[in-house]
Amino acid sequence: MDFHDYQDVWVFIEEKDGAIAPVSLELLGAGRGLADKRGCNLAGILIGENISHLADTMFEYGADIAYIYDQPIFKNYRTESFMQALLHCSNKYKPEIILYGATSTGKDLASAVATDLPTGLTADTTELDVEEETGLLLASRPAFGGNIMATILCKKYRPQMATVRAKVMKALTPQPGRKGKIIEESISLKEEDIRTKVLEIVKETTKKVRIDEADIIVAGGKGLGSAEGFQLIHKLAESLGGAVGASRDVVEAGWIEHAHQVGQTGVTVTPKIYFAIGISGAIQHIVGMKNSGLIIAINKDPEAPIFEACHYGIVGDAFEIVPILIEQFQQAMTREEVSHVGEV
Amino acid sequence: MLHIVACIKQVPDTKIIKMNPKTNTMDRRTAPAILNPYDAHAVEEAVRLKERYGGKVSVLTMGPPPAVKAIKKCIEIGADEGYLITDRRFAGADTLATSYALTKALDKISKESPVDLIICGKMSIDGDTGQVGPGIARRLDIPPLTSVNKVVEINKDEGYMKVHRKLEDGYEVVQSTLPCLLSVEKTINEVPYSPFPNMLKAARYQPHIWSVDDLEDVDIKQLGLKGSPTIVSKVWSPPKPEGGTLLEGNPKEQVEQLLSIILEKKELFTVKGEA
Ligand SMILES: Cc1cc2nc3c(=O)[nH]c(=O)nc-3n(C[C@H](O)[C@H](O)[C@H](O)COP(=O)(O)OP(=O)(O)OC[C@H]3O[C@@H](n4cnc5c(N)ncnc54)[C@H](O)[C@@H]3O)c2cc1C
Repeated sequence: MDFHDYQDVWVFIEEKDGAIAPVSLELLGAGRGLADKRGCNLAGILIGENISHLADTMFEYGADIAYIYDQPIFKNYRTESFMQALLHCSNKYKPEIILYGATSTGKDLASAVATDLPTGLTADTTELDVEEETGLLLASRPAFGGNIMATILCKKYRPQMATVRAKVMKALTPQPGRKGKIIEESISLKEEDIRTKVLEIVKETTKKVRIDEADIIVAGGKGLGSAEGFQLIHKLAESLGGAVGASRDVVEAGWIEHAHQVGQTGVTVTPKIYFAIGISGAIQHIVGMKNSGLIIAINKDPEAPIFEACHYGIVGDAFEIVPILIEQFQQAMTREEVSHVGEV
Repeated sequence: MLHIVACIKQVPDTKIIKMNPKTNTMDRRTAPAILNPYDAHAVEEAVRLKERYGGKVSVLTMGPPPAVKAIKKCIEIGADEGYLITDRRFAGADTLATSYALTKALDKISKESPVDLIICGKMSIDGDTGQVGPGIARRLDIPPLTSVNKVVEINKDEGYMKVHRKLEDGYEVVQSTLPCLLSVEKTINEVPYSPFPNMLKAARYQPHIWSVDDLEDVDIKQLGLKGSPTIVSKVWSPPKPEGGTLLEGNPKEQVEQLLSIILEKKELFTVKGEA
């Protein structure tokens, strides 16, 4: 394998309901940094049906090249069809690096592609860097239960591949009108060649909790003592108009469903304000919320590691502090209301 | 009659592992080896399908000799046969080398009794990748179906099955030809307490144990550390965050300060009574 044949940084662009998934835009941001360091192109590879118009968005977010497979057979994501397109493109244009969002689709696709190429694949990366000289990808991820980070390399194979967690990398500010090169490709793949069929897509109507989209998250930990105690978190969230988050221990205890769990094995969140109440601040929790705008910790143990990861902290009993906070907040809001009325 | 193979792994119980909050290190002594929790659901699903359609369930694992214990756990859940592949030459395998070794064992198992369906757990709680299942499917050239949270139907005569694959905002119904490979979500089923006769059976059960030499057509270069494209180059502790400002005073004063800090972001809060 001659490594000189392998150039450029690629991002697999995930499309959802006619738009590019946020994680793919984040990866274009990260990929731009890697490509600049290597002095190579950043390309996005987009596979789907009627998706060609998304190329402009890719360019605005940093891509130089858009590889596009726009064919009816790619209407729904299927491992076998998408994999064929990706293998085709990779074998033809030989990227040095391919990044995928660590979503169910990204992981599914990357695992299959890595096996066929074959090459190494690092899962759930949270930090990316590249060696300027050699192009070696330094993909780092939490390991051994998450208390430490491990940097994973793939020295003998190209392309190097990694799935990257959502909300960890930053998308660039889009530059309207930024242009790039569109390379349209296609593969001859017949429906009969594919062994799976998507019969139906069912959107769940019950409103799913998406705490990763909230501006304010009030998260509670084991320090709340019981399911009843945890109600305090709901109360605060409700009065602030925020979503409820939780540590894993709380989820394990059955006080709330897993969809609320923040951290390594839960969701990664980046709200404008994050409250960590009765949460000790284990590294597995921190990795899921450390990029929040403003982190406020309330914990009765002054030594709790959460105080190292917050912007402001209150050492105190949640059951004493939080009710005062709710009360004062409501008073402040009523004052606001009065002053608003006064302005009219 | 279906022959279903569940691929499983023995892992340290990261749930029980207690983190030392002061040093942020893992206290490994506190962690017993258990059957990977996701795999328990894989085995349970295999057993339920066996009960529904008839057939048998085999479980396969690669690991050190004590992994027999994880196989016994699967027998308790209701599996019929267990296979352990164990050899120093497997050691240090990443996901690519792991899927290679397991595929060689699956080849041998299906020679004795053809396999209709392979079920894996979503991921292992220690490796945390979810990459091995799809890897096996590709090597066997059968369709991989990940994120499965329901099996709708298996029709062996017509050679297909239907499943639900979980999506971010719902699910999709997918039909696949048989044989195929599923990796299943925890939500696919609940693993009940094992019936007593199964526990007795498990206690006596001796799994098939194979070394590399028992497998056929094995390219040694693709095994273990040698066969692994990825290597861990360094392990490091993330830099400690700088730490925040602790608010002083009595609780009331602390909250007052806190409030003025959060109200700087006034736009986030909707004033009550406003339209
Ligand atoms: C592989 C792996 C993955 C993990 N993934 C995650 C994950 O995704 N998310 C996650 O959160 N954890 C995760 N963990 C678990 C993590 O290591 C911690 O065990 C967990 O975060 C601790 O939860 P906690 O802070 O709620 O509980 P504890 O650590 O028990 O902390 C409770 C805190 O509450 C404080 N407290 C007690 N009473 C009060 C009171 N009245 N008022 C105020 N404070 C009080 C205590 O001082 C203490 O600091 C993972 C662990 C492993 C090994």
